[in-house]
Amino acid sequence: MAIIEVRDLVKTYGTHRAVDGISFEVGEGEIFGILGPNGAGKTTTVECVEGLRSRDGGSVKVMGLDPEKDGAELKQVLGIQLQESRLPDRIRVGEALDLYASFYKEHADTDRLIEKLGLGGKRKTPFGKLSGGQQQRLSIALALVGNPRVAVLDELTTGLDPQARRDTWDLIEQVRNSGVTIILVTHFMDEAERLCDRIAVVDSGKIVALDTPAGLTARVSEEQRVRFRPSAEFADALLLDLPEVARVERHGAHVVVTGGENLLQAVVSVLARNQIVAADLRVEQVSLDDAFVALTGKSLEN
Amino acid sequence: MSALGKLIQIEARLFVRDPMTFVVGLLLPTVVLLGLGAVPMLREPAEDMGGQRFIDYFAPSVIVMAVGVIGLTNLPAVLAAYREQGVLRRMRTTPVHPMKLLVAQLVVNLGASLLSAALVVAAGNLVYGVPLPKHAWGFAIAFVLGITAVFALGMLVAALAPTARAASGLSTVLFMLAMFFGGVYLPRFMLPDAIARAGDFVPPGVQSLLDAWTGTAPAVVPLAVMAATAVAAGAVAARIFKWE
Repeated sequence: MAIIEVRDLVKTYGTHRAVDGISFEVGEGEIFGILGPNGAGKTTTVECVEGLRSRDGGSVKVMGLDPEKDGAELKQVLGIQLQESRLPDRIRVGEALDLYASFYKEHADTDRLIEKLGLGGKRKTPFGKLSGGQQQRLSIALALVGNPRVAVLDELTTGLDPQARRDTWDLIEQVRNSGVTIILVTHFMDEAERLCDRIAVVDSGKIVALDTPAGLTARVSEEQRVRFRPSAEFADALLLDLPEVARVERHGAHVVVTGGENLLQAVVSVLARNQIVAADLRVEQVSLDDAFVALTGKSLEN
Repeated sequence: MSALGKLIQIEARLFVRDPMTFVVGLLLPTVVLLGLGAVPMLREPAEDMGGQRFIDYFAPSVIVMAVGVIGLTNLPAVLAAYREQGVLRRMRTTPVHPMKLLVAQLVVNLGASLLSAALVVAAGNLVYGVPLPKHAWGFAIAFVLGITAVFALGMLVAALAPTARAASGLSTVLFMLAMFFGGVYLPRFMLPDAIARAGDFVPPGVQSLLDAWTGTAPAVVPLAVMAATAVAAGAVAARIFKWE
């Protein structure tokens, strides 16, 4: 059953349509990604879902509640992590969590939450003295302190070092495993690919594709490429006779075979039958990056 | 504890933790009064001040300073920073409206001004025998209306200023004006008469405080001006205040 339903959402700033008819549904327990370049309308979309911004058209339901009409009720069950939102420099980690816990009718055990987010030794540390990664984790903790059923996380790992990013990803998977539905706004392909069950690719205020990560890449191309260095000479026809193979190219000592499904298996077995060893064997697949460029005509990074 | 109670508790801690607000806001006015009183000449009755000692005459101006430092500089600075850093925005994501954070800030800063003024009165009385305000009711009314007008202006600065920097610039100008007309920079008997009279109407209204202190009921018109300033500035601030 859908826990979030967005239909024909429209938001206009002046003459600019930041969100131009976006519709999607998110199932309970899903990690749903909203992926797109800067200025695509991702943040505006989730702000309308959160009730932080009023929409100009369409309908939004989160757990059956309208974020604009039932905002107070919804915020009891919605956890929101905003991009670029700080706390006063002198507030301590423990104080911030206790304060935010007092805002909810039911809240999480703050001690356990602090431990879970790896801030155990930092209870008394002021916000201003935390590293960027620690501030980010506290921010996630504040979004989770009200025991939300739905969490919206916007640009979760921007500005984090690679280790902190991987730790944050692990954390998000734990949160989902505890039954929380998650909307993840990101412009990082690897993040979306690693975490999301489904991804809406947004560009210029519209959803240009909505699918699983694998589905998105498959949609762009069914093609696979196998690249290897053969141990002995052979004629191209050996491979071209296979139904799976479309093209054979030679790059110096390397052979690049292009084709459809089960390409690798077909190529390797025919080589084996002819006592040819395929050294440096590599399968090159279309990446989500390639898919994104194909779908939007833009690159994500910049 | 309720969310508001918790907010007040935390904001009070943050106030005390910041050495600038704690020392300048809470202690400086008392230190200034004690410092001036250490000069023997300022403890002699003088004709210029209607036979009062300078230290008695100047005490209301020190109260102006206590209220001004907190209401016109600290309050808008903190609120503008909270807006700029997204503290108010983050609160909008919770079931508790950021209005409660504003209320907590007002409570803490009002409490601090009250404490600072009480310190001035008590220290002046204990150390130099500055009499306690004689017209107690008049003093209470003049103080409450004066502080409300100053805080409403502080809220107006917080509402108008798009950034923390702009808030600090704007509030510095207002603070210096309030201090000048309040006789903090130059004792008021040294100011041209027209300026001193205009000062009666500049929040927090130093003449009303002085009158009540020496035992006269404060004049109605300056008190009405304080009330009007508080209502007008407060209403505009409430209308235009932006959470982000």
